Amino acid sequence: MIKIKYGTSIMLMLMILLGSSVSTAASLPAAGSVLPDLSPGFSLPKPKDGVVIIEIFSMYCPYCQREAPNVNKLYDKIQANQNLKGKVRLVGIGVGNSSYEVDVFRKRYSISFPLYSDGDFVIHKKLGEPRTPYFIAVKINPDGSHRIFYSKLGELGDVDAFLAEMVRLSGIK
Amino acid sequence: MKKRASSRFLISCCAIILTLAIATSAWAISDAYKENIYNPGTLQPTDSKLEVKVGQLAPDFTLTAVTGGKITLSQYRGKKNVVLSFVPAAWTPVCSDQWPGYNIVRDMFDAHNAVLLGITVDNIPTLFSWTNQMGKLWFPVLSDFYPHGKAAQQYGILRTDGVSERAIFIIDKKGIIRYIDVHDINQRPSLEVLITELEKLK
Repeated sequence: MIKIKYGTSIMLMLMILLGSSVSTAASLPAAGSVLPDLSPGFSLPKPKDGVVIIEIFSMYCPYCQREAPNVNKLYDKIQANQNLKGKVRLVGIGVGNSSYEVDVFRKRYSISFPLYSDGDFVIHKKLGEPRTPYFIAVKINPDGSHRIFYSKLGELGDVDAFLAEMVRLSGIK
Repeated sequence: MKKRASSRFLISCCAIILTLAIATSAWAISDAYKENIYNPGTLQPTDSKLEVKVGQLAPDFTLTAVTGGKITLSQYRGKKNVVLSFVPAAWTPVCSDQWPGYNIVRDMFDAHNAVLLGITVDNIPTLFSWTNQMGKLWFPVLSDFYPHGKAAQQYGILRTDGVSERAIFIIDKKGIIRYIDVHDINQRPSLEVLITELEKLK
């Protein structure tokens, strides 16, 4: 009798756990909000009064493959601009990609900016399971706090126009 | 007796709840497919009885390629190692994000003197429109549509609902099966494991 009561309690706890996991399913990052805690897989860089652009990609995604040279071009333009270099950081998170697969993607497209592996889709879930490629841009405030100011599915388009939009929307000098 | 039945019922319920809580999607959809991917949900990991084993001669088959013409497995005998990648169905989540990855590692297959053959039980028109979203594939994609799933059946990987398992077979130049991975249908096989197995052919 006691055993069954104990078992019933476990079952109830599991049902509550299941219920809470369903009700807290993440939504896509929204402009104006803050980035969820993505540790331990990824910690947001904190360039002072700067910007972090995050590409959610997969080496298995045809559009991410097609977009890779364009994203490299974006990185090169940031590095070549003395006002933006160091202040605007670009990172990629390979969702469902092991470290090995992220490395394959890095080598294939000669990517110089940091790439992170999210092999078990943990980060992908926290970000609302976006399709790929997906770009999120975050403004880092002088006090270390941050807010998302750009969150969009699909390719960058024209790199100069995209970079200009990043500067305009974030308000960085 | 009643108590035992209650306990069994309780254990079963807990198992189901835990499975639901733990069962998570293991895929990310590329925007290449827009809203056109059909999600069948989480499926039974495998649902067939393997008919081949490592060390035996690979059953031969002839299938039609999406690009036209027919390909016979034994045409590679004495010339190339062969990787067979069976995926369950076009326009589904995990399958759509498997072959495009292989498409950027041709050099890894070339380095091991291996060809890749992608196979599903879908018909040619379906495979044509689906693989067009992946960009230009360097490897042949073959239709095992009619007689339905005949090649999959020869290998013992045709599921009871008529699609194939997500399975990889590595066949050496002598036509001998050297590696079999009948994978959990809900998950993509590791590229690293595949390449490591190819390295063992040397």
